Amino acid sequence: MSVYISEGKVKELEVKANLIRQTLIQMLVAAGSGHTAGPLGMADIFTALYFHVLKHDPKKPDWPERDRLILSNGHISPVRYAAMAHAGYFSLEEAMTLRKFGSPLQGHPERERLPGIETTSGPLGSGLGQSAGYAYGARMDGKKFRVYCLMSDGEQDAGNTWESAMFASNNKLSNLTAVIDRNNIQIDGMTEQVMPLEPLRSKYEAFNWHVLEVDGHNIEQFVDAVEEAKAIYEKPTLILAHTIPGKGIKEIEFDYNWHGKPPKPDEAKRFLAELRTLRGKIRSEHE
Amino acid sequence: MIKTEAKLVQNIFDKPAEAPTRDGFGKGVVEAGEKDERVVVLCADLAESTRAHWFKEKFPNRYIELGVAEQNLATVASGLANYGKIPFMASYATFSPGRNNEQIRTTISINNLPVKIVGAHAGVSVGPDGATHQALEDIALMRVQPRMVVVVPADAEEARKATIAAAFNGKPTYLRFAREKTPIFTTAETPFEIGKAIILWEGENPQVALFVCGPLVYNALVAAKELADEGVSTLVINNHTIKPMDRETIVNAAQKTGAVVTVEEHQVSGGMGSAVAEILSQEFPVPMEFIGVHDQFGQSGSPSELLEHYGMGVSHIVTAVKKVITRK
Repeated sequence: MSVYISEGKVKELEVKANLIRQTLIQMLVAAGSGHTAGPLGMADIFTALYFHVLKHDPKKPDWPERDRLILSNGHISPVRYAAMAHAGYFSLEEAMTLRKFGSPLQGHPERERLPGIETTSGPLGSGLGQSAGYAYGARMDGKKFRVYCLMSDGEQDAGNTWESAMFASNNKLSNLTAVIDRNNIQIDGMTEQVMPLEPLRSKYEAFNWHVLEVDGHNIEQFVDAVEEAKAIYEKPTLILAHTIPGKGIKEIEFDYNWHGKPPKPDEAKRFLAELRTLRGKIRSEHE
Repeated sequence: MIKTEAKLVQNIFDKPAEAPTRDGFGKGVVEAGEKDERVVVLCADLAESTRAHWFKEKFPNRYIELGVAEQNLATVASGLANYGKIPFMASYATFSPGRNNEQIRTTISINNLPVKIVGAHAGVSVGPDGATHQALEDIALMRVQPRMVVVVPADAEEARKATIAAAFNGKPTYLRFAREKTPIFTTAETPFEIGKAIILWEGENPQVALFVCGPLVYNALVAAKELADEGVSTLVINNHTIKPMDRETIVNAAQKTGAVVTVEEHQVSGGMGSAVAEILSQEFPVPMEFIGVHDQFGQSGSPSELLEHYGMGVSHIVTAVKKVITRK
C-alpha cells in the first residue's frame, strides 16, 4: 500500500492509460508513420506523470513553477502528445494532426512549435545534459520545481549520456530525476545484442546516482519511486523502469520490428478492440 | 587613408600594443557578468587558454566546469538557457562547434536558445599545436545553421565589445577567437554593432574592396598602405559579422570598386568569402579573389610562418589585389 497514491486513484489512472494507448494508436494510423512500441510501453508512466506526479497547468504551459518534463528520446512523442491531449493542453482532434504539414505535433517534438513540450528532441543522448543544465540553473536561483528526464535504454549507447551522468552526480543535482525506459529493444534488435548495457544499474551506481528499479507498468511503484527520489538530497536519482515494448497489444509486445512503424488501419481496428475490451474481458465489443 | 570615423589607434602603423582576441573575450564576459546576473560561463577543461578563468575568479558561483566533454558542454548550456540563463560555453573551435555540431544544431539552434558558443584557437595562427588544434572549418559549420549569429572580431578590443553585444542579443551566437597576440588597432570609440560592417580604410576612387574578418584585418590595412604607396587605391572593410551579413555595405563597396578580395583565416570554401560571393553573385557580380586556406589542413610552425606558408601574409593580399584589378 502506497502512502503517496490511493488504490482508487491507481485504478482511475489505469483506465486513463488505456485511453491514452487508444489515442496514440489512432494518432499513428492517421499519421501513417511513427513509432509504436515505445509509446505503448511508456503509457503508464506518462499517465502517472501527467495525472498525478507533475506540478503543471495545461492552461498555463509556461507557468514558471511547473515541473519540467524533458523527453530525451523524442521518437516516443506520440505518448506524450496523447497524454497532453487528455490532460487538456490541446484537443483530441488536434492530436490527430501528428506528423502532418503545419502541425504543432512534429514527428519529433520541437520546443517552439508546441507549448509545454520544453525542448526539441529526437537525436539521442542529449536530453540528460539539457535536463542537468536546467536543474543546475534552477538550483542557482533556489527554485523548487523538479526536472524529470525520460530516456530510452538504446540511448545509453551514446557517450553524451554518460558525460551528462557524470556532470549531474558531480554537481549533486538532487532536483533531477531521470527515468530509463528499460524495454530492451532498439532499432537494430535487442539492446543486449546490439550493444550490451548490463549491468546498467551498477553503471549508474558507479556514476554515483541513487538508483531505483520499478515495474514500469505498476503506477503505484513508479509513484513511490518518484517520491523517494524527492527525499534524496545528495544525488540525482535514476528510476530504471522495466517495461514491455508495445504493452497492451499482444502482437506488438516484445517485437523490435514495431519500434519504428505505425499500425495499418486494419491492424489498428484489431488493436483498438483489444485495448477497449481489456483483452476480451468485455464481451459487448465482440458482438 | 584610415577613415577618421573608425577612430582607430593613432600609432596604428608604429608598433601598436598587442593582445590575443581571446583576451577580449575574457574581459568582455566579465563585464557582461557585472551587468547581468544571468550570465554564466561553462568551460570544457580549458579555462585559462580560453580566458574563461577571469570570469571564474570573479564569479566562482556562476562558472561551471564540464571536463573534457564538449557534447555535454552544448547540452548543459542549452538546458541553462532554456531555464533562463545567458550561457557562454568556451572551448577550442575544433572541438566546439566541431565535435558537438549536432548538439548545437538540435539543442541550441532548433531550440532557438541564446547560448553563446566561444570558439577559441581558431586559424593556423594557433601555431605549434598543429592541424588538430587549428580550426579552419568553424565559420562554415556555424553559418549554415539557421538562427545562428556568427561574429569574428578583429582585435582584442573588438572582441570585448562583441562579447558584450552577444550577451544581450537574445540569439544563438558563435564567437570566434584566436590564440596569438595581434595588434590592438581599434579603440573603445570605434563603432561596433553586430551585423554592421565598418569601413576602416578608403583611398581616393578605390579600385578594389577588401572584405576581411579576424586579426587579418590588420594585415589588410598594412597591405592597403603598401598598395597606396604604389598608387593602388583600396577600400578595407572589417566584415566582422559573417551572419547576418551586412548586404548593403558589401553591395555598395562592390559597386564603388568593381572588384573584391576577401581575406580570412579559414577554409575559403564555406567561409566569410563564400558568404560575400553568395551576396554579390546575386546582387552585383564582380571579379573576386579569395585569401584563406585552400582545401588543406594546417601543421606545426610559428604563426607568422604558417600565415605565409598558407598564403595569408601581407604580400599575398597585395598580390591578390593587383590580380583582381587585371580581371576587371
